[in-house]
Amino acid sequence: MALAHLTSSSRSNLLKPSPPSYPTLILSAVRSPPPPTPLLSRLPFRSLLTNASLLPAPSRPLLKSLFLSSATWLRCGGWRSPPILYKAKLIRGFCHLYDGQEAVAVGMEAAITKKDCIITAYRDHCTFVGRGGTLLEVFSELMGRQAGCSNGKGGSMHFYRKDAGFYGGHGIVGAQVPLGCGLAFAQKYSKGETVTFALYGDGAANQGQLFEALNISALWDLPVILICENNHYGMGTAEWRASKSPAYYKRGDYVPGLKVDGMDALAVKQACKFAKEHVLRNGPIILEMDTYRYHGHSMSDPGSTYRTRDEISGVRQERDPIERIRKVILAHDLATEKELKDFEKEIRKEVDQAIAQAKESPMPEPSELFANVYVKGLGTEAFGADRKEVRAVLP
Amino acid sequence: MLGIIRQKAFGQSLQRIRPVASSWGGYSSTSKQMMVREALNSALDEEMSADPKVLLMGEEVGEYQGAYKISKGLLEKYGPERVLDTPITEAGFTGIGVGAAFYGLKPIVEFMTFNFSMQAIDHIINSAAKTSYMSAGQISVPIVFRGPNGAAAGVGAQHSQCYASWYASCPGLKVLAPYSSEDARGLLKAAIRDPDPVVFLENELLYGESFPVSAEVLDSSFCLPIGKAKIEREGKDVTITAFSKMVGYALKAAEILAKDGISAEIINLRSIRPLDRPAINASVRKTNRLVTVEEGFPQHGVGAEICASIIEDSFGYLDAPVERITGADVPMPYAANLERMALPQIFMNAARR
Repeated sequence: MALAHLTSSSRSNLLKPSPPSYPTLILSAVRSPPPPTPLLSRLPFRSLLTNASLLPAPSRPLLKSLFLSSATWLRCGGWRSPPILYKAKLIRGFCHLYDGQEAVAVGMEAAITKKDCIITAYRDHCTFVGRGGTLLEVFSELMGRQAGCSNGKGGSMHFYRKDAGFYGGHGIVGAQVPLGCGLAFAQKYSKGETVTFALYGDGAANQGQLFEALNISALWDLPVILICENNHYGMGTAEWRASKSPAYYKRGDYVPGLKVDGMDALAVKQACKFAKEHVLRNGPIILEMDTYRYHGHSMSDPGSTYRTRDEISGVRQERDPIERIRKVILAHDLATEKELKDFEKEIRKEVDQAIAQAKESPMPEPSELFANVYVKGLGTEAFGADRKEVRAVLP
Repeated sequence: MLGIIRQKAFGQSLQRIRPVASSWGGYSSTSKQMMVREALNSALDEEMSADPKVLLMGEEVGEYQGAYKISKGLLEKYGPERVLDTPITEAGFTGIGVGAAFYGLKPIVEFMTFNFSMQAIDHIINSAAKTSYMSAGQISVPIVFRGPNGAAAGVGAQHSQCYASWYASCPGLKVLAPYSSEDARGLLKAAIRDPDPVVFLENELLYGESFPVSAEVLDSSFCLPIGKAKIEREGKDVTITAFSKMVGYALKAAEILAKDGISAEIINLRSIRPLDRPAINASVRKTNRLVTVEEGFPQHGVGAEICASIIEDSFGYLDAPVERITGADVPMPYAANLERMALPQIFMNAARR
């Protein structure tokens, strides 16, 4: 069913919001003030082997915070700046932007704690910020400066924040999934009652190691949630050209799956909350987030050779995650139009400030070249390009 | 006279020449024989009992008691939470092991042989070795990858490759290759305690060999330093470096050379990365000649690195070009005579040259 649905008219389907659209639901249910009413079966979910249980409607503070949080600052300033910085050659190499997909990171973050772990692939800027990373660290790392979260040595694809449970930031497609299962294993071993979210894309969904890790996770009942951020294009290849079965939530076979409207932060949040409770009792689950990226795969991809501009602007108009939340907030009078605009202005300023500060940050010292190769260097020698000239002793 | 050393699967116990360069000094006459297999088993046992974060995972390590019986008894003692039988999915379980190490556990991932580690090599190199660097030290990976490496007897091309040089070329990894039971115990314990990813290359044919061990070696706090080679036998005419099984062959060669009046100094590398360049240099400066011995393929091998290093540091001291003895530049054949031809058997010639 899902398969036919997708192969016949794969492009136009992206413009249809998954039923029902959230704002109307809330409007009809909440004319009078709280308590929040439970949502009924028109949750924007499709499921395999599981029943997403009914969860209460989101509260006002949550709605506000979702808007006020990562999505806006990233969208306002973040997504304008990297292309500019990239053209100015301040950001080099790879830079994979997340705009359009913010609802996934934001919704997930709203459902969990910092003791839960997140691991993702290279499209990690938003997720990093959600885990507590600062804008200064983001822009410094992109520009390879000392103030970056990895001291400038990782780059766009390698952001980490271990103390907040963010384990990167991985460049090899699919590798993060077994690693995430390993984190969940360690959490179970340590009896922490915490879970791991391992995110991957539709391009990575066919990786063998994913299924190997999923098998072991199911055998050992590991508390891992595999989230497929299905933005429908693996680099330049549409999902129907890469996957015999693009119903990624069903790929688990013996592992339950849930397909979620990934442009709806509230749906994402509810799904993640459900998933967390589920995996602590029952072992792994797969969540497929139906989402979309406005930019190309990376900075070197215009993003328009394999899809039409109409499609991109169509999704932006119909399903934009931030607009949805804005509408809900305005509909409920949680903030005025002006307040939201002011807030966006503030964010823009913050982003500009962070970029300016990042530009001031120096490049790493030459001695950093040999730092952190080992935790315990044992006094061994490391060599530079000219062995006679550049040598260091690793502490 | 040329003698051909027959490839012996189970060598007799070797006479130990008192090692001068060893940091443990001389010990009194040895009192106990220990098989390498027992040495590894006891090291695993002791480290698992000392630190609850240490766990073992791999194919057949639990109920089967270990494909080569190295993990015998560990499942009974520590339970299925700490001794984990995995499905035959190297990429999957190696990734899981590395992820567990990210979080702070100390997994030991066993490969049934290192030939199968190629299925998981992305996790060993890209996920384990490079992460401390890419995260500027935020995330460390205290993992040990261990298993038999190199040729066994008649197992064919896909099961006989030596991976020492591949892993040793990668910054961020430590690569160890024990020879005797003392090496096996001390280096495995050091590897488990080390906070960095360690590739621990054992040898299947050595598992059944016995070596004398002293009381010090049997102590549960015994540990050998990583990055230090051992002078197995002192000499003054030629230096022969070797690791793993080849050390035994080198010692036998030294006996034969001694009869011809050539005194060979045998260095057991123990640590392929970091390589103990100071020890090799010091030895070559004394003897002025070097022969490197290894089982692996010749091109870009361990011997090539040693040769280049010595030439850089001690060129003036060499009286003759460095010689390399390696496995043949062919995939390992099955037929017994061809297999013998593909592995180092005679290297007295090189020494005499």
